[in-house]
This record gives sequence, C-alpha cells and structure tokens, in this order.
Amino acid sequence: MSAMEELKQKITQEIETATDLKALDEIRVNALGKKGAVTGLMQKIATLPPEERKSYGQAVNDVKTALETMLESRLAVLKKKELDARLIKEAVDVTLPAYDLDTQGSVHPITQTIEELVGIFADMGFDSATGPSLEDDFHNFTALNFPPNHPARAMHDTFYITPENEGDEPHVLRTHTSPVQIRYMEAHQPPIKMVCHGRVYRSDYDQTHTPMFHQMEGLMVDETTNFGHLKGTLKEALSAFFGVKDLPLRFRPSFFPFTEPSTEIDIGCSWKNGELVIGEGDKWMEVLGAGMVHPNVLKNCGYDPQKLQGFAFGMGIERLAMLKYGIPDLRTFFDADLRWMKHYGFMALQRPNRAIGE
Amino acid sequence: MKFTLGWLKEHLETTADIDTISEKLTAIGLEVEEIIDRTQEFEGLIVADVVECGKHPDADRLNICTVDTGSEKLQVVCGAPNVRKGLRICFAPVGACIPAWPKEENILKKGVIRGQESNGMCCSEAELCLSDEANGIMELDTDVPAGTPFALAMGFDDPIIDIALTPNRADCAGIRGIARDLAAAGVGTLKPLTVKPVNGTFKSPVGTKLDFAAGNKHACPYFAGRAIRGVKNGTSPKWMQDRLIAAGLRPISTLVDITNYICLEYNRPLHVFDIAKLDGNITIRMGKGETFLALNEKEYVTDENDIVVADNKKILAMGGVMGGEECGASAETQDVYIEVAYFDPDHVRVSGAKHQITSEARYRFERGVDPAFPVTATELTTNLIMELCGGEPSEMVIAGAEPEWQRIIEFETDYVAQLSGVDVAVNEQISILETLGFKVEKKGEVSLSLIPPSWRGDVEGRADIVEEIIRIYGYDKVPSLSVRNDSSVMKSAFSPEKKRTADMIRLLASRGMNEAVTWSFTDEKTFVDFSFADKKKVKIANPLSSDWDTMRHSIMGNLLQGAQRNASRSILCGSMFEVGPVFFGQSPDEQPEMMAGLRYGSQTLKGWNTTQRGYNVFDAKADVAVLLSLAGLNPDNIPISTDAPSWYHPGRSGVFRLGKNVIAVFGEIHPALCEKYDLDMPVCGFEVFVDNLPAVKVKATATKPKLELSFLQPVNRDFAFVMASDVPANKLVRAAESADKKLISSVRLFDVYQGKGVEDGKKSMAITVTLQPFDTTLTDAEIEGVSQKIIANVEKQTGGTLRG
Repeated sequence: MSAMEELKQKITQEIETATDLKALDEIRVNALGKKGAVTGLMQKIATLPPEERKSYGQAVNDVKTALETMLESRLAVLKKKELDARLIKEAVDVTLPAYDLDTQGSVHPITQTIEELVGIFADMGFDSATGPSLEDDFHNFTALNFPPNHPARAMHDTFYITPENEGDEPHVLRTHTSPVQIRYMEAHQPPIKMVCHGRVYRSDYDQTHTPMFHQMEGLMVDETTNFGHLKGTLKEALSAFFGVKDLPLRFRPSFFPFTEPSTEIDIGCSWKNGELVIGEGDKWMEVLGAGMVHPNVLKNCGYDPQKLQGFAFGMGIERLAMLKYGIPDLRTFFDADLRWMKHYGFMALQRPNRAIGE
Repeated sequence: MKFTLGWLKEHLETTADIDTISEKLTAIGLEVEEIIDRTQEFEGLIVADVVECGKHPDADRLNICTVDTGSEKLQVVCGAPNVRKGLRICFAPVGACIPAWPKEENILKKGVIRGQESNGMCCSEAELCLSDEANGIMELDTDVPAGTPFALAMGFDDPIIDIALTPNRADCAGIRGIARDLAAAGVGTLKPLTVKPVNGTFKSPVGTKLDFAAGNKHACPYFAGRAIRGVKNGTSPKWMQDRLIAAGLRPISTLVDITNYICLEYNRPLHVFDIAKLDGNITIRMGKGETFLALNEKEYVTDENDIVVADNKKILAMGGVMGGEECGASAETQDVYIEVAYFDPDHVRVSGAKHQITSEARYRFERGVDPAFPVTATELTTNLIMELCGGEPSEMVIAGAEPEWQRIIEFETDYVAQLSGVDVAVNEQISILETLGFKVEKKGEVSLSLIPPSWRGDVEGRADIVEEIIRIYGYDKVPSLSVRNDSSVMKSAFSPEKKRTADMIRLLASRGMNEAVTWSFTDEKTFVDFSFADKKKVKIANPLSSDWDTMRHSIMGNLLQGAQRNASRSILCGSMFEVGPVFFGQSPDEQPEMMAGLRYGSQTLKGWNTTQRGYNVFDAKADVAVLLSLAGLNPDNIPISTDAPSWYHPGRSGVFRLGKNVIAVFGEIHPALCEKYDLDMPVCGFEVFVDNLPAVKVKATATKPKLELSFLQPVNRDFAFVMASDVPANKLVRAAESADKKLISSVRLFDVYQGKGVEDGKKSMAITVTLQPFDTTLTDAEIEGVSQKIIANVEKQTGGTLRG
C-alpha cells in the first residue's frame, strides 16, 4: 500500500470516528489545511518530473476529493447530532404560564350601544349631533313647550345649577337630550333628519334610576313626515338593534309636552327560565317615548308649524343595552369596576358592523 | 290613579270584562299599571257561623266550636277570647290559604289540638292582613248566607284598576272622565249624569265674596256653595269606605269622605266648613302675610301670590292647594257650608311649588278642573250629604261667574291623514269627537268648527285634535312607512371629529385599557384635589347628596376613586379610561370633552419569566403619543413643558401644547394623592383635551398618499454624546435630525447614562441615526460628512461632545 493510500485510510478512519464538530474541523485542517498532510502531498506535484506529474496529480486529487466528500457527509451527521442534542437540552415545560401582559382592554356597553344605534339610523339617512350637559332653561324646557311651573316639569326630577350671579335664571343639568334637537333646528334649515345622544341627569337614585344616564333621540322634520313614518322608522331600527325580524311593537298614546300626538312604545317579549326573550311572547316592555313634534316647539325654533311637521323619539341607552346584553343592574354601569368592564365590555375589534351582524 | 271596576260601572254601561276594559284603557292612553283582584288574596275563605261553643276538656283557654259552613258542620278548636255561639266569622277550611302566613306554609292542614280534632280556623283581622288586630277573631256583620266567599261578602270582589295618568288628562283624574273615554272607544256607553235639583229652604247664613284686584280676577272667577243645617256627621257607609280604601284613601268621617268621593268621581276637589267655627262671611282673595295651619298640621305664611279662602279672622284654606285644620267638619258638626270654587291652574302651581305642598287638590287644580262644573258639583254634594247625614239645604250661593272657557278650533279633516298617516272617515272623526264631548259643527266637506268640552283644557290646537281622533281610532291602525330615500345613503353620521374620538376609544381599548363611564359630578373634597384654580366652579343647587354636588374639572379624580375601589378588591393592576365632559362654567363652550386614562400597578403581574415593571410617566406618554398620532400629529414635534396640573408628580409629568392650547397632559400621579386614595403602587395617567385637537382634515377621496420606498440600503450609525445633565433629550434628537433633513430618516435615542466614566453634572446620551439614500448608495465620504454635521449640530445646540 502506498503512503498515499495509507494516509487516506488513516484520515478516513479519523473522520469516521470523529465525535464532534471541533474534532472534525481539526481533522480537516490537519489533512486539507495550508499545512495539512494532503496539502503537503499536493505541493509535491511541482517537484516531480513531468511524466509522473499527471498520474501522481490524478491520484492525490482523488484522495483529496474523496476526503472532502467524507468530511462533508460526516459534518452533516455530526451537525444533526449536535442539533438533536441541543433540541433535547432546550426543551421546556410548556405548561408554564405564558407572558402575562394585561393587554385585553374593553369598550363600555354604553359606547357600543350608541355606535350600534347611530349606525342603524345613519343607514336610514340620519345625521348625528351632540350638545352640552349644562343647559339653559330655554333649551331644556321652554323651547320644548314646558311652560314655567308646569306640572310636566315635575315629570323630570331636575338638578339645578347655582347661578353665577344671584338672581340669574338657574341653568340645569339637561334632563333629556332634546335640547340638542333645539340647537340643531336653530342651526339648520329643514329638511331635518338627525339623531343625538349623550349624558342626561335626573335627581333620582334607586335600583332602577341613576342620577346620570344616557339617551338617544331622533328628529325628522319636513313637510310630509307623519306618524306612520315614525312607526316605520322605529320598527326598522328596533328590529335591527335587537336582531329580531318584524319585532312586535305596541304604540300606546301618552303625553309629552314637546310632541302631539305622543306615544310610548313597548316591545313584545316573554320570560323563559328567568331570561328575557325579546320578540316573542305576550308581555310588553316599554323602551321608548315618541310623537309628532309639537307645533309650539317648531315655532320656538323659528319654523312655521303650518307648513312643517315631523316626528321625534327618545330612548334610554342603558335600558336598551341591559335588554339586549342581559346586564342586570343599572347602577353597575358607573362603578368603574374592572371585573364588570371586562365582562360586559366589548373588545376593541368588536366595532358594530352589520356585515357580521354586530 | 286607583278605582274599582264597580265604581267605573256607575258611569259606564258595559258588558265588557275586566281584561277588555284594561286593554282598551292602555290603548287609548290611560295606561293600566296593575289590576288588583282581591278575591285571590282570600281564596277559599268563607263566611260561616259558630253554632255551638264549649270549653276544651284539656285546655283552659281553648274552646271547641261547631262551625256551620253552609254545607256541613265542622268541629274547630279556637283560642280566641271573643268566640261564642251565634258569631259570624271568616272561616278558613282545611286546604285554604291564610293571607298573613308565609307563602311556603300558608296552606291550612287538619290538626289535632290537645287531643281534639280541628277542621279549620276562625280568622282574626291580623291573619287576614286587614289590620293589626290579633286579640280575637274578626266578627262579621253581614246577612249573606253561610258559605259565601269572604271576599264577596266584604265587597273585596270588586277588582281595583290602577292607571298611570299623564299630566294632560286632568279629566281622567275623575272616574267619570275615564268612563267617557272608554265609551268613545266603543266599550259601552256613558250613563247620563242625573242631578236631582235641590230646593233650598232658607237663605244661607254664610255669604261668599270674591275679592281680587282688577288684573287678577281670573285667580278665582267663580264660586258655588250652600249651607246645610242639622247634619249628623258619623262614619260613612261601607260601600263608600270600600271605594275610598281601594283608591288609597283613609275613611275619616262621612262629611270628609263625601268630599273625597266627589273629588275622585268627578275630578272636583271641594271643601265642607263647619259653620260653628266660622267668623262671619267667607272671602276668597290673595294672601296678606297671614299664618295658616294646614290639614297636614304644618304652618304656612301666605303672601300676595297665594289664593286664600278666609273668614273675618282667619285663613280657612289655601285655595286649590290645601284646606285648613281649624274649620273642618268634626263629629260635633251640625251646620256646614260647602265651598266649590274654580281656581286658576297657574296660581295653584306657583303656590304649591313655593310651599312644597302636594295634595289631591293641587294635583287636580294645577292640571285644570272643569270650570263649568261648580253648580253641578254643589248639587251632587248636597244630595250625598242629605242622603247620608240628613240636614236641610239653604239656597245656593254663587259668586262671580263661569269663566269663558269656550274656544273654537277650526279643523280640516284631511289634516288627520296629513299628520298621522292614516285616513279616518269624516263621519267617524265627528263621532269620536262628539262622544268625547266636543261640539262639532260641519262647515263644509272637510272643514269642522270645534268647541272642546269644558273639562278638556288641554286641547289647544289641531295637533291635539288629531291625537284625540287617532288614539280613539287606534294607533295600531296607523300604517308603518319607510323614511329611506335615495339621497340619504353614503354619508357618515358622525362628524370627522366625533369619528376620531370613537377611533381613539377603540385604540385605547386595544392597548389594554378598559372604558369606564363615571359621574359628571363629584364631591367638594375630591373637586379641590382635581381642580384648576383659574377656572370657575360649578355647583349643583339641589344635589342628591353632598357626594355629588360639584361638577368635575377633571376626570382623573373619578378614575383614581375607581382605581381605589378596584385595588381594595385585590385587583392590583389595572388600566381604565373615560371620555366625557368637564365643567369650567355654564355656557356650552365651557364644557369641553376630555379623554382621560389611568394605569395603576404594573403591566405584568409577578411572573416566573419576567421582572415586574411598575407603570411610570413613559407609559402615560406612550398612551398620549398614540392618541396624538391618531389625530394626525407627530408627538415628537410638539414641544413638551413640565407645568402639568397639581395632581401630577411635578418632576414626572409633561404638557403638550399647540400654540397656547394644552392638548394633553401626562405623568405619574402625585404621591400624596396616591397615598390619599390608598394606592400603594405606581399610578400614572393622562388627559387629552379632545376639543383642542386640530380639526380633522377631510380628504375628498379615500385615496391614500403614494408610498415612496427607496430600493437602496439604509445605513445606521450610533453616536454617544456627553452633555450637561439638564439638557432635555428631545433637544439632542432635534439637533441630530436637523443635520440633514433629507438624508436622515430617523433619530432614535436608546441610552442615557450617568455614573462612572461620566463626570458629575453631566450625562451621556446615545442615539441611532438612520440614513436613507434615495438616488445612489452612500459613499463612506458622504456618511462621514453627515456624521460630522451631526456632531457639529449637537455641539452647537446642546453643548454636547462626542463621547470618546
């Protein structure tokens, strides 16, 4: 056996028995590095007589190529071995808790319900407006056909504001969002088609009343809008809101100073196993007040009641949210209780969207 | 308003059952709140007779009775001291329910008492829930046969109807008014009101004078009354008491009960004075500062705004508001004077509101009683008094005259369809109005001339007429019409600014914050901690409690209180925010909308794989930064000052301003306040002045600006500078940025260091500068050129030198 063959066998054995990447690399350097044994054999080519060069060169090249191939495949084997070992070593107990970032926020049911309703009315062509919480007597009462001292004012338990100057007529915390309707009519010319929403205030606190709550009201004024349009609008809106096709509604005659004729609206419902089922059954639940805008209200806004007419309606946001989402207690809406907000609130992503039925 | 079905039927001829009547009442606007059927309370209980009564052989206090139930004779053991042979009793046979017993055990079982069988129970008033009387069994005075249901024998079989009355329907504060409405709606017919005329046999010894100034005669324009002598006041008959009790009133004496009865039946409050207690004639006039002892046993000082009914010496009643204590009828009363006056609603309102008196009389007068009714009411009252108390009537006394209440409303019948959307035939319109008491004159095919009845002061114009017609015709017959029209689609209802606020809410929720809604008001103490000294304080004049008497200047106090409540429930980390108004004054522009957020504790709980980091000023700044970015602002370009409100940590808070307007404040909450609110953990927060944000730029199309991307590799270079420790970081960043605005795409500060290697009073800050070429790859020389410019700029603007 030639020395060359011996060297090849020796290195081959070394490669086959190498157990780690470091040892393998040493073998590679010792054989094929600048000062390696095989490199040494290669360098000998130049010193040989020309007639030997070709066959010697061929032989040593074959050895080099063979060793390189062997090194490569051994390298792959050892790399895999090393990776396998690393994977075993890196294993963790995946039942350990994940990173516990408090990143799940929520949107209040009041905000959600307002956006749902505005969306429904916007779809029917209603504009949206808001206004201030503190109102003057004119916008909250007088313009809405509540004469001073009238018993209808007693229907609202009003919070009065201490006047800035003694003797001034006291402002009030608005008792309804109707002053927004007045301000809207003052600023716009008919046809009017709008909804407004916001905080309202009444001096009452018990299981079913809080001194602050939210309303949404709607107003439509032109030359032809009649009571039938009011019925159609509310039927469509409430059916959409509760997700019940042809929601049964009952329109009862009632009284509000700012509408004539006036009506209260009940939705059909029933109780099953202690849970409210909306849209079926023989019970009625009041959800809304409405009517045809009183001629005096139109007059107070500078409109001609001989020519113009229309409807207005108003509803409690919390009440609708409670009915739809099964929230049992009104007072809890205002507690800022994180447990409540996370439970009854909505994910940021749950934006009311009729494409997905929300 | 409560009344019984039987009472209603005194005025309404009908065969309709209670359910039909109840449904119709609600359908015409007299909403039924409850039907109270008292027969159910006493189900199974019967009238029976004690026919034998003897001592129990083994118990001193017990008796063994034989009770005749009409159908059988039963042995019953009874311990009542008053049980005796011949007594009529309310008997509960085995299986009946005892009203006073708890629900789960109220069914009576057969018993054996001291060895003697007992087949039922003789009931006391307490056991029947009729009174507190428990010392003996109830003794019945009735001649119905034994076995008659107890409820029937007692007149409890007349169901009570409770309706919610709207303020416009004064006429329905009287039972006859309700009957009239039902008749118009087709539930039977209204019985005619028959009033037996009274022949006075003598001239009334008391006269009445109306004494008002010329401009104020309408305060009380009309009076009717008379004297009746020789009456006997006692206890009113059972039928009257039953109806008064059902209506929620307490029977007092026959004379008083008669006035209440007339009041409920006809919506006509009136008074009966004891003539023996009067000094001279009666004058109805305005008050003059006299003191008046009212029926509620309180004293009031009357003034020139109160109508008073007075004799020569004293005030007898505050007109339309409340009667007096001194001259009412008593058991000794023999001669009485009936007073039926018409008082002006406005006067009664003002008086009642000023003295804060609520009464049946005020309720009715301020809503408007029938101005044409005083004479009829006087006759009705006289007849009832003579029937129940005897006596001899005087001639009637009249003062003033019936006020002009007639008014004509010209009405076009097609206005019904115009306003309501439903066509009601002219004949039907006329018929409805006439049944309601309107005088209708047909002027042409579609024109009517209407006079509303005297009892309907609420009907003013044509819209009221439409309501009258369609509420009787039926709201349910109005068709539902759509308001959709083609021109109304494709438009956002929210204004761009309102939409932005809605987006900001979602953005905060997506950052782990929970939206709260808290009161717009707070208490004075909290207000003081969260108020601006240079802004006005708005107080509620009539707060529900002192906890809620001041309008808030800042939402932060409410959020801190919320955090306190949550932390006390061992929720040690939390984030919440609120959008809502604050109040710097009373005009609309002094009630800006704010968005406030608060984070307390840390973002992570104690964990096996993390170190806990408490919230700090930079968490609040991050919240503000994303909100401002959403508003189209670059927070890095907005100057920050350190004059945050007093509730923030003075050294760990900042203020963003646009011009002189504050747009946001942020920081850690002042440690003293954290302690005050028991928050033993880091707390930070922010407030964004939503109304001060720039108006949203509305683009004409939804197209986004073109994205400019460079295909060339960006280059990052890090620099560290040493400078005075009070140089703000953003000054360094800005200095670097300004070195080459075109080439430098970002400057990011990533390290601040003070300590070993940096001399006292100085700090080292390190930045990464990113260079983004757009045309050609940067050469080393170009990069070096920019670097030198950066170093020079920083040195010039901050005094900082490159750290060696």
